[in-house]
Amino acid sequence: MEHAFQPGQKPSIRSGFRFQWEPAQERHVLLYPEGMVKLTASAGEILKRCDGEHTVAEIVEELKQQFPGVDLEADVYKFLEVADENGWIEVR
Amino acid sequence: MKTAGSKYADMPKPLWLLAELTYACPLQCPYCSNPVDMANYTRELTTEEWFKVLREARELGATQLGFSGGEPLTRPDLEELIAEARRLGYYTNLITSGVGMTEERIKAFKEAGLDHIQVSFQASSQELNDFIAGTDAFQHKLEMARAVKRNGYPMVLCFVLHRHNEDQVEDILELAIALEADYVELATTQYYGWAMHNKEQLLPTREQVERAEAIAHRYQEKMKGKMRIFYVVPDYYEDRPKACMNGWGNVFLTIAPDGAALPCHSARQLPGVELVNVRDHSIEWIWYESPLFNMFRGYDWMKEPCRSCDEKEKDFGGCRCQAWMLTGDPRNADPVCSKSPHHQELLDEVARIEADAMNPDVPEKPLVFRNMRTSKALIGDKPERDTTTA
Ligand code: SF4
Ligand code: SF4
Repeated sequence: MEHAFQPGQKPSIRSGFRFQWEPAQERHVLLYPEGMVKLTASAGEILKRCDGEHTVAEIVEELKQQFPGVDLEADVYKFLEVADENGWIEVR
Repeated sequence: MKTAGSKYADMPKPLWLLAELTYACPLQCPYCSNPVDMANYTRELTTEEWFKVLREARELGATQLGFSGGEPLTRPDLEELIAEARRLGYYTNLITSGVGMTEERIKAFKEAGLDHIQVSFQASSQELNDFIAGTDAFQHKLEMARAVKRNGYPMVLCFVLHRHNEDQVEDILELAIALEADYVELATTQYYGWAMHNKEQLLPTREQVERAEAIAHRYQEKMKGKMRIFYVVPDYYEDRPKACMNGWGNVFLTIAPDGAALPCHSARQLPGVELVNVRDHSIEWIWYESPLFNMFRGYDWMKEPCRSCDEKEKDFGGCRCQAWMLTGDPRNADPVCSKSPHHQELLDEVARIEADAMNPDVPEKPLVFRNMRTSKALIGDKPERDTTTA
């Protein structure tokens, strides 16, 4: 299957955006000028690793270890695509 | 950090805190949404009092914070407030006219942790901008917008549209592109405060609105992925109301310069409102328990046609202030809605204003500019309505 992302690419949160844990909401959120995206638990786990250090392959590997037995590779690629379309992440 | 107690677990949280630091402003925009009687509310909160507001709202879950006014730059403690807000974990937005800004201060804000700056323009040309602003500001605004970008902030440019600049939308968008804005808000004038006072002179014609909308959509396509353009249709020309404040006491908490806590920035004018002040109460009590924040929360307060309408969860019956100003009862449906029995009155009024605007024989009334002197004159000798009980 063709993906928009390559396994060796290192995505990071787009500058001007902030990713953080919100205790009152008990979830991760993505903050940007005058707006906020409330993230699901899995989106939070993926974006947490979009730090410009992890490659996409490494993100998948780490998540597989954290959630053994779940086939999540396609979901990670798909989410990154959506995140990219929304301008939440960038690849330098 | 403490999270909201379980007692209120099922209730909405004030995710958005708007801190109106001051009503002081070097500009005089006739469309300003500040209250016309703003000269009554000049006893501003102190730095310490704002710290308390920031801390308490953050504990309830507030995440987005807007510093606005008036012109927030007139507060010398703005740097301190930004630093404290950032320390607490807010995403901090500065909403400014750029007047009173310097590059030095832009840098100091960055150091304090400011996340984003929104600069408002009155128009795309110096002449019109400075006429509307009531002061020479255009060149300085251009310089400051460039400095904002130079210092690595995401930048929103905001243009409030009305009859006098609605035809400039193309130039406005070109200006935003030249200034490398990340977002552009083409904000239609909302008729509150000074804007309501100047409605006859500000309301654009339907034709103007349609032209502007087409241009905005063309640029949205063209700039996809580079610059986001928000265009809001003037609600007087719609047949469903806006979901005002996303519901009363649902997401937004505004703190006015004098410490009055408001579910929306013009709630102060509503009849029967018992004002609450952060000087007297905790934000937790104000948000969850005060009569004011529960007044139009949820759906129980509604009258027909909203009460039995299947769209009420979409728009919450529209805007309470608009219902009050245009129908005389804040519990009525917002008359923008075509299901409102008052909708025809609104259409008639708009048609009359439009006809007058296009009729050269009707002399144009002068705009009333927003400033403290005029505010005092409009208040006349009505007594001060302070909101603190202390
Ligand atoms: S709308 Fe104009 S006058 Fe009102 S606070 Fe903003 S800049 Fe000042
Ligand atoms: S009747 Fe009330 S709830 Fe229904 S669409 Fe109109 S304003 Fe909204």
